[in-house]
Amino acid sequence: MVEEEGIQRYVAHAILWIGIAIVAFPVYLAIVASTQENAVIANGQMSLLPGGHFLQTYYQTIFVGTSGSTREPVGTMLLNSLVMALLIAFGKIAISIISAYAIVYFRFPFRMAMFWMIFITLMLPVEVRIYPTYKIVADLRLLDSYAGLALPLIASATATLLFRQFFMTVPEELLEASRIDGAGPLRFFWDTLLPLSRTNMAALFVILFILGWNQYLWPLLITTRDDMQTIQIGIRKMITTTDALTEWPVVMATAVLAMLPPVLVVVVMQKLFVRGLVETEK
Amino acid sequence: MQKQSVFQSKLLPYALVAPQLAIVLIFFYWPAAQAVVQSFLLQDAFGLSTSFVWFENYQDILSQPDYWAAVVRTFVFSFAIAFSSLSSALLLAVMADKPLRGGTLYRTLLIWPYAVAPPVVGVLWVFMLHPSLGILARGLRGMGIDWNPLLDGNQAALLIILAAAWKQISYNFLFFLAGLQSIPKSVFEAAAIDGARPMRRFWTVTFPLLSPTIFFLLVINIVYAFFDTFGIIDTMTRGGPAKATETMVYKVYVDGLLGGNLGGSAAQSVILMIIVVGLTAIQFRFVERKVTY
Repeated sequence: MVEEEGIQRYVAHAILWIGIAIVAFPVYLAIVASTQENAVIANGQMSLLPGGHFLQTYYQTIFVGTSGSTREPVGTMLLNSLVMALLIAFGKIAISIISAYAIVYFRFPFRMAMFWMIFITLMLPVEVRIYPTYKIVADLRLLDSYAGLALPLIASATATLLFRQFFMTVPEELLEASRIDGAGPLRFFWDTLLPLSRTNMAALFVILFILGWNQYLWPLLITTRDDMQTIQIGIRKMITTTDALTEWPVVMATAVLAMLPPVLVVVVMQKLFVRGLVETEK
Repeated sequence: MQKQSVFQSKLLPYALVAPQLAIVLIFFYWPAAQAVVQSFLLQDAFGLSTSFVWFENYQDILSQPDYWAAVVRTFVFSFAIAFSSLSSALLLAVMADKPLRGGTLYRTLLIWPYAVAPPVVGVLWVFMLHPSLGILARGLRGMGIDWNPLLDGNQAALLIILAAAWKQISYNFLFFLAGLQSIPKSVFEAAAIDGARPMRRFWTVTFPLLSPTIFFLLVINIVYAFFDTFGIIDTMTRGGPAKATETMVYKVYVDGLLGGNLGGSAAQSVILMIIVVGLTAIQFRFVERKVTY
């Protein structure tokens, strides 16, 4: 064992706590601000301790919204974000697992061409094709709809690759065995492969849910109606008006509500999260 | 690449690939092709007629000082974000890798910012450093610094870099920690027996052994700084003041939206596409070698 002198250990603890403080401070500030009065904050007189307006601010945020800039209550935005995130996460997993299955377990013309076509989409993030993609979604009349929010994002090269890699490690004997039992390709997929993929799907789901929840550029482009806004878009609109009108406690409460679901997912499902993160980056 | 024994079916595999293929063709390849085509076209002011202009849009873009300023800025941002985030994450990971009490708690408390969305990061940092009401801005003014990122472009740029680096620390930390834990402890023991002090052990043993992880994270961080900072910039500065925080991606967005310059915006998109292809290629060449270090 390498020696760890006492003093070094204290230094390590100290550095880690400083790191945690730096990481947590902006969020702490947001939570504190969401419990104080707007007038106090706007004067630059904000306190570093929680105020007494917690219930009032969060009630207003979730059920009423700001008085000026966004008009929709944040509750609606949370719902929109949730629907979008779930559609994206489930959609990506569903279409990726079946295409990976076809590519690994069947032999057919253009198999590799199709694999590469899916793979190369890694190099076409939405940022490099902003307006043409917008135009297609507009032509398909999908603006301001859940389908428009989710559909263009549910192709997934990483998920397809991940499932492909996993299927390659599944022993051949399983296929032989289920074939002897008279199972066809769909039955084998459903009864054997899907149960085996459960952990992979769960890990992927955690990452994809966060990814979907945190989408910004795409919903910004295709939602114009207030009642279709996701929470990330709503929060931006809240601070667009001239500074004097910004209702900071509501903005900060919205920020806290926007962070809560994905952060909870990371903390509660830490093992799956770490696994998913490491696997998708391979 | 494929199993020895496979299923025989003419239609089923196509049916299974079809949904993903349809999405990819409609929402990825078609728009990407459109961007390429559009980058060679010029539309008149009323959108009534378009003409094929070869590389005029590219020449136009590449002769704008504004564009080059955005390119340089994007690279400066990328390296500043990558450097500050990687170095602080590495420090934290090295500390967390020691056998300390509460080790897993530290990890939990350091990884959650990964889940905070870029626009929310922007809002949090704006609030802290807002010139008139930000709590940190008050402190800076107390120290005699004339802090006003709404007017001072350099300060705005610094703000973006800090906020973007802050968000990325958790991601880098996680991968550094995994990298450190995969280094056999016997290597450190050997170095310690040879009489190397901790600092020296870090630079001669840990750092070289971590180099694959560092390189991998460098690429990831640059990609992050190129693309994922959009949300941070849009909520914090909108590219301002006076374009001081306008990155390449932000400029594509602004030029196409407000400027209505679709040809120019498309040409910029194509240039970005080429950069992504380059970065992805580097990333994948590296991944093949990662296994053998």
